[in-house]
Amino acid sequence: MTRPIISIRNVGMTYPFKGKGQPLTVLENVSAEIAAGEFVCIVGPSGCGKSTLLNIVGGFIFPDSGEVLVEGERVTGPDRRRIFVFQENGVFPWLTVEDNIGFGLRRRAADEREKIVHHYIAMVGLTGFEQAYPHELSGGMRQRVEIARALSANPDIIYMDEPFGALDFISRLKMRGDLVRIWNAEKKTILFVTHDIEEAVQLADRVIVMSTRPATIKEDIRIDLPRPRDLDSRGYLELRDRIFHAMGMSLRIGEEESPRLGTAAV
Amino acid sequence: MSVVPAEKKTTAIRPTPPKKANPRGALGVYLRPALVGLIFLLSWDVGVRWMHSDIFPTPFDVVKGVWELAQAGLLLKYIVASLFRVSIGFALATLVGVPLGLVLGWSIPAFQAFNPLIQIFRPISPIAWIPLAILWFGISDAAPIFLIFLASVFPIAVSTISAVRNMQPVYLRAARNFELSRAELFRRVIFPACLPQIITGLRISLGIAWLVVVAAEMIAVNSGLGYLIIDARNAGKRYDLVVAGMAMIGLIGLGLDLLVRRLEHFDEVRWMYAHRR
Repeated sequence: MTRPIISIRNVGMTYPFKGKGQPLTVLENVSAEIAAGEFVCIVGPSGCGKSTLLNIVGGFIFPDSGEVLVEGERVTGPDRRRIFVFQENGVFPWLTVEDNIGFGLRRRAADEREKIVHHYIAMVGLTGFEQAYPHELSGGMRQRVEIARALSANPDIIYMDEPFGALDFISRLKMRGDLVRIWNAEKKTILFVTHDIEEAVQLADRVIVMSTRPATIKEDIRIDLPRPRDLDSRGYLELRDRIFHAMGMSLRIGEEESPRLGTAAV
Repeated sequence: MSVVPAEKKTTAIRPTPPKKANPRGALGVYLRPALVGLIFLLSWDVGVRWMHSDIFPTPFDVVKGVWELAQAGLLLKYIVASLFRVSIGFALATLVGVPLGLVLGWSIPAFQAFNPLIQIFRPISPIAWIPLAILWFGISDAAPIFLIFLASVFPIAVSTISAVRNMQPVYLRAARNFELSRAELFRRVIFPACLPQIITGLRISLGIAWLVVVAAEMIAVNSGLGYLIIDARNAGKRYDLVVAGMAMIGLIGLGLDLLVRRLEHFDEVRWMYAHRR
């Protein structure tokens, strides 16, 4: 691996439990390194703390122990060079598509700003919707606006917290294809949190599998599949099954735990 | 204007059943309320005639009263006087209440410090302030303006505070990510995010202000629609003019509300109301 752009070092996080009861340890001694230009997915079961980890890396919350370094510097808060794409969609509803995408470009000259905005509107496929307001768009289009807003700020890293979680199956597939295309064109480092194993294998160079609470890193799997990825290929299915297995899940509906999972037919 | 055609979900799923009246058509918007209004006026008229009342006016007496006031040049003068006081008092309340609400909604220490005082002042009816208003400002425009200011500044501030506190946290996190300065954060994110709720607060407050100006004018000045009502009663039991004044107050109040409602149609705030109309 080349020099890491993100170093997560022994991060731990405990939430005081609301009311009586034990405090809730969501992260325990998590360490990982991510190289510049890598597309890394963090997968784990719901509520395992993967979102908390991404928020710590993004500087929105602070860990109880350990630290995160980005480009050698300790993270002390959110930074314009690393833009977060939120699960619940952080597009500003009072601004048009165009103004949302240009939000991070206030300090640029007007003509330059316009050029950048139109470049990214075209890249995410929203040409013709420049003047539309977010509430007039579909959920998938709103996520495209947010991705374009992130890209136009020209960050080194993009953090994505289950950005396609609220979309339907077809939109999700389409968005994944577009995200890979955009990542190929822009060569940003992407750290992407999802609970969807298939999504992780379709997108990432590397998949970090987390355990249930308190989350630790269970496995770190390199996805050496050529892009565009063939979702029927043997390699894809094997990697997907390996992650299912790492998460301790069955591939047969209706079965609690599969005894012969590695070779199980789907 | 948006470039996206508004989607009519119900019509997309199944064809509109025939013979079902469009609720926003002429029937719903004009005919139904006109019918109810007509029934109201007729029962009023019949009621007065049936009771053989000498002093209580029929609707037609009231129309004549309005005409008489207009002829005497008092109608316009009093309406202008009342609207002037409301405009000044309400504008001052907005200029103080909105920024105050933004700051108190944002800063927890400021909220802790000032909120109890606001909560004590808020339930005091503006009418209770009339003696103090007269003491401080005498019989002048300043007294009712002060009362209108008091009546509207608290609801405006309180609705703005709650708008800031109930703001979607994701907007703030996005704004922090883009490293906005404090001033930019307020101007580009907090204020626009809260604007729809602020406008709703302004609408409610303007309604209260219009209620209060009438009460204030009954005591603290000698012009305006409130003064008209009390003067018509005291100077000759002219109940036709009393009711004429009341009708004017109702109609202008409706007009003011429709005016503020227009603010809800601007593109910058429609997102909040879009799904409920």
